[in-house]
Amino acid sequence: MKTLPRAWLKEHSMTLGYGLLFIVLSLSVENFFSAANVVGLMLSVAQIGMVACTMMLCLASRDFDLSVGSIIAFAGVLGAIVLERTGSVGLAIGGGLLAGALIGAGNGVLIAYLRVNALIATLATMLMVRGLAFIVSNGQAVGIADETFISFGDTLVLGLPLPVWMTALCFLVFGVLLNHTVFGRNTLAIGGNPEAARLAGVRVEALRVWIFLLQGLVTAAAGLILSSRITSGQPNAATGFELDVISACVLGGVSLQGGKARIFGVVIGVLIMGTVENVMNLLNVDAFYQYLMRGIILLAAVLLDQLKTRGERRA
Amino acid sequence: MPSLQFENVTKEFPGVKALNGVSFEAHAGQVHGLLGENGAGKSTLLKILGGQYRPDGGRLLLEGQACDFHSAGDAIAAGIAVIHQELQYVPELTVAENVLLGRLPTRFGFVDHAAARRLVAEKLAAIGVDLDPAARLSELSIAQRQMVEICKAVMQDARVIAFDEPTSSLSHRESEILFRLVHALRAEGRTLIYISHRLEELYALCDACTIFRDGRKVATHPVMADVPRERLISDMVGRELQDIYDYRERPAGTERLQVRGLRSHGLPHELSFGVRGGEVLGFFGLVGAGRSELMRLLYGADHRTGGQVLLDGKPVSASGPAAAIAAGIVLCPEDRKEQGILAQSSVAENINISCRRHGLLGGVFLRHAREAALADEFIKRLRIKTPSREQEIRLLSGGNQQKVILARWLAEPGLKVLILDEPTRGIDVGAKNEIYRLIHEVAASGCCVIVVSSELPEVLGIADRLIVMRDGRISGELSRAQASETEALRLALPDEVTA
Repeated sequence: MKTLPRAWLKEHSMTLGYGLLFIVLSLSVENFFSAANVVGLMLSVAQIGMVACTMMLCLASRDFDLSVGSIIAFAGVLGAIVLERTGSVGLAIGGGLLAGALIGAGNGVLIAYLRVNALIATLATMLMVRGLAFIVSNGQAVGIADETFISFGDTLVLGLPLPVWMTALCFLVFGVLLNHTVFGRNTLAIGGNPEAARLAGVRVEALRVWIFLLQGLVTAAAGLILSSRITSGQPNAATGFELDVISACVLGGVSLQGGKARIFGVVIGVLIMGTVENVMNLLNVDAFYQYLMRGIILLAAVLLDQLKTRGERRA
Repeated sequence: MPSLQFENVTKEFPGVKALNGVSFEAHAGQVHGLLGENGAGKSTLLKILGGQYRPDGGRLLLEGQACDFHSAGDAIAAGIAVIHQELQYVPELTVAENVLLGRLPTRFGFVDHAAARRLVAEKLAAIGVDLDPAARLSELSIAQRQMVEICKAVMQDARVIAFDEPTSSLSHRESEILFRLVHALRAEGRTLIYISHRLEELYALCDACTIFRDGRKVATHPVMADVPRERLISDMVGRELQDIYDYRERPAGTERLQVRGLRSHGLPHELSFGVRGGEVLGFFGLVGAGRSELMRLLYGADHRTGGQVLLDGKPVSASGPAAAIAAGIVLCPEDRKEQGILAQSSVAENINISCRRHGLLGGVFLRHAREAALADEFIKRLRIKTPSREQEIRLLSGGNQQKVILARWLAEPGLKVLILDEPTRGIDVGAKNEIYRLIHEVAASGCCVIVVSSELPEVLGIADRLIVMRDGRISGELSRAQASETEALRLALPDEVTA
């Protein structure tokens, strides 16, 4: 019995760490613990949070996706252009989502069936899709004037903006998917041991395509939401986004070797990243130092995780 | 003075006491066998010897001096070499590089590959192993990789060498080479520790032996030859075990599985055979004969270039394992580490990984309660030693891991054909008996059971019929009455070698 609390502590160390951080910051940093600031914090990481849900599945299946930043930009741009040409919000959203799904499926086919290394494949897609975004928009931001579309980014429900609700919905849906469905179980299996999973009857290739397709879809949705918030489709939006998303997942305990993921961990990871950025803004820290901080925190989280697993093995 | 002593050694893991006050001695110029069921503590003992674990209590003495190893390197420096059950090698490096890993000869700071190859070639020749020092480990068979491990230990000139189930993937011939090696090392005055489940081997090689059960030492027999087999088994298991194979006559059913003309790039000769319902069909052959490849082909795991598989008259799609499982055919693979276990998942998750789900929204949502119940049922049935069903499978002993993989397949609903590839590899006598009983149970329920095994006594003990393969072909078929060691070997060995 005496080992039980210790094991529980280890398992939830990141959550407890964050709780502690939050308390310390609330007491030491002015304006941190205010409704406006906390809502702003959540809004700032709403897009990262959405995509982190699907990236969690991607990493859990031992794959990688560097193209999400480009998909955000492209979906936003495409949505804005369709809206401009047709005036229909429905078509704009539909078009953006379809594009995202197709790009995602494309990634999946390249990686699962053509067996291109995931890092390389999505690196290539990242470049191509970014290029498409620039081509389609002629290199310029595409303004959005439609009230209905723009209102999504601003609308408050129970004091929280809709994008935050969307993100929360994603966490819920993907949490259930990961823990309570065959899909989630199989994803962890192909990450843990792809050959064993295949021999156990899991359709590995098809599953990988689905994971990337879902990722493309959710990322496109995030891109459309972003364009609603900044009232334009920007072809250079979200550069470096993929690294933020992957960092959030790693901070949340998702193993880069596959087979291990916890949705709650991802929530914490996203919150940590948002909090760090938020606090540095409140303290008026130079933007360049923020880069440094984010890198250090990521490294610290990974090292802590290593220490934990090494401790287990040594025992 | 004994060259190696364990004094009251204790080792604990969360929830499990792997070793509980174990003491025993081994002498130079002797082979000391270690026996015991899975989870009895033998592999843990070896890991302490090899410096990978540190004991929580007690101590280890070499030539009377207490040792405190902080790493595997310390143990190697002290003159201890351990050949593990789970082979540890670098697949992309050559034989020479693997054998001399960490101690490659250099010239002016650069690795001297020619010198490395020469040194290793000499050693290999000295121990009678035929391998090219420049070959890459990834190109070699499991058996050959094991030979490389053993060469590595010999190369380190260790005074204490421990073997953890070294013959599990070796053919007859390769095992013979190993035995000669062990005798030679013994004659050189080294201390040898030998873990195996194969009693015949232990009797042939060991001078003395120590038996473990549940983390404790049960007995040490200083003269192995004087101890009767039954005594060893009862010491290990804690109860009397009559016939471990437990064979029962079963009525022969109709032929349910028909394999016709199966071919692949790796198996160019057409292979055909049939299995009756209620029958246990054994597949024997030397390592490399093509048995596992044939089973994988049957299962759809490898690409077929020709042939058909019919179950109860209906053809089984070759599209992949999923189709085979849907038809009721399951395969428990040979290499549990590479093809079986999901290392980071729990025991329960490993058992439930493929069971088809039925019921409401069948196939989408997991039924946690049902899965937990299923896992518990099989943990009990197969006597899997684990503190709980949520325990990470990588923390279980090798033999218990094998039982979990077996449970995965035994739990499959709609099971019609059970194919087992080396199901008792790394499993102790008591557990083997449990598995044989389960095999008989499954067969008695009308299913077809195919057991691929390299252990002749096992396959002769449990099979109703025996098919022998040689060089990618079926060389013969023997009924239970006709089957004998000589006959089976005659069919398995290549023509040039006389039995």
